[in-house]
Amino acid sequence: MNENTKEKISELIEKNDVCLFMKGTPDVPQCGFSLAISNVLKHLGVSFKGVNVLENNDIREGIKTFSDWPTIPQLFIKKEFIGGCDIVKEMFEKKELQAKLSEKKIPYKN
Amino acid sequence: MSLKSGEIKRLIKEAMPDAEIIIQDLAGDENHYSATIKSKVFNGKSKIEQHKIVYKSLKGKMGNELHALSINTMEV
Repeated sequence: MNENTKEKISELIEKNDVCLFMKGTPDVPQCGFSLAISNVLKHLGVSFKGVNVLENNDIREGIKTFSDWPTIPQLFIKKEFIGGCDIVKEMFEKKELQAKLSEKKIPYKN
Repeated sequence: MSLKSGEIKRLIKEAMPDAEIIIQDLAGDENHYSATIKSKVFNGKSKIEQHKIVYKSLKGKMGNELHALSINTMEV
């Protein structure tokens, strides 16, 4: 990953408290896993930035190195890597995601 | 690009000999799987670490030959 890409990714997760690297957009997800996280966040009424990796191959490949995680989607909350679809879904079901949002002072509705 | 379920199981077993593994081919296309893995290797580790162990056992196939693998890890 070149420095430019790394900087771009760092900037995205710094500027957006809840940042989801995904395939497609929150309105038109193009992968079932991306759809699933997007739906969890929408369900919780969390405002988030969706970064469509299909529009930028440098970010698509770079984010995997950045977080040492081979798949997309990837969710970041206040710069912390939370996980992919399975982890986020499980955290939501166990209310751990809600706890994480509270801890990070991100507004959401139950 | 696809990977047989037996191959996925073999790779995980190689990295975690004690693992109990159930692989399901979700769409019947050898491309969308779910894996339920129970191993003491996961004990005391965060979910992110547990999933990383599984990804590492697949030796770079995840995201390449293998498009979609839903992972459920369990401690012993």
